[in-house]
Amino acid sequence: MADLVLTAEIQNKANELIENSLVKAGVATVLLIDGAGNVLANCGARGAEIDAISLAALAAASRGATAQIAKLIGEEDFSLLFHKGKNGNIHFGRLGSDLILVTIFTDEVSLGLVRCRVAELTQPILDIFEA
Amino acid sequence: MALIDLNKKEVHCKIVYYGPGRCGKTTNLLHIYATMNEQHRGKMLTIDTKGDRTLFFDLLPLNLGKISGFDIRIQLYTVPGQVMYEATRKLVLKGVDGLVFVADPLRVRQARNIESLEGLRQNLLEMHLNLDAMPVVLQYNKRDLVDTPIPTLTVAELDQDLNQTLKVPTFEAVATTGLGVFETLKEISKRTVTNVANKHLLSGRKP
Ligand SMILES: Nc1nc2c(ncn2[C@@H]2O[C@H](COP(=O)(O)OP(=O)(O)OP(=O)(O)O)[C@@H](O)[C@H]2O)c(=O)[nH]1
Ligand SMILES: [Mg+2]
Repeated sequence: MADLVLTAEIQNKANELIENSLVKAGVATVLLIDGAGNVLANCGARGAEIDAISLAALAAASRGATAQIAKLIGEEDFSLLFHKGKNGNIHFGRLGSDLILVTIFTDEVSLGLVRCRVAELTQPILDIFEA
Repeated sequence: MALIDLNKKEVHCKIVYYGPGRCGKTTNLLHIYATMNEQHRGKMLTIDTKGDRTLFFDLLPLNLGKISGFDIRIQLYTVPGQVMYEATRKLVLKGVDGLVFVADPLRVRQARNIESLEGLRQNLLEMHLNLDAMPVVLQYNKRDLVDTPIPTLTVAELDQDLNQTLKVPTFEAVATTGLGVFETLKEISKRTVTNVANKHLLSGRKP
């Protein structure tokens, strides 16, 4: 993995994409992180409340662990990674080989919508970081 | 991999404490956490097994002030040292920028130290990283045991076993009392940040 240099332009573009899609759909928080646990973007009304550093580290580790579990049972990877809580839910979306989009949302937003929006965002976000 | 945020003017680096099981990696982080001013450190995250063995990793985020106008943020991680957790160590190493190898001075652990360092070298190679080219320091921990009847390795023996090819700075430490802990941290932070800064901040800011 090469070092990642984030410019204001990259950040604004990524934030805008996420705001116009997932955040508009009503999710609470979206974190864009890399496999090392760095936070590349933190969007949504409740973004400031959460401990983004810990969450990113755990999400990256959990993502890596899940990929290993998939391999152990002969799967390439799992396509849906989702935890359901009493009030909050969390969805992990894999973007390319290195990026993870973590979405936190309540039951007012459907999982189907979140999955759909994450799928739509995948290529545009990858384009920004690969440009 | 370091993250350089030109917008917020922050540099994020990942430093991993590596070494055999029970050598004192978590104890290093606990001491740093307990001693550092809250302004300069974040919350410590640990994932323990039932005892005090690390199952996944520990994480302690630090804020080390400014270099050339950039806020330096460091994330300290420990790996689980127990042999069976190889896969987890690889996950934690992902994106590493600097390494502290913590060695256990117990004579009975001599082979474990060497094995663990060799494992580190292999794991890095799989990520296309070369241990000899990375910021690394060695910490010879538990030096308090030297004055007890427990058979321990001398510094010369540890050098011979672990630092022959690396030739990096070494620090004697007693992580339980904090001796040598900050000296180790200071040196690895300096080396890691200098390495990242040389690559990105001092050279026309091209990635
Ligand atoms: N005497 C002595 N004991 C130490 C020292 N540093 C750590 N220990 C003890 O060694 C034991 C293991 O320390 P940890 O920090 O949990 O070891 P670790 O490297 O994180 O171990 P894993 O998580 O299994 O990889 C603990 O009981 C510590 O109190 C030291 O400098 N001197
Ligand atoms: Mg530990």
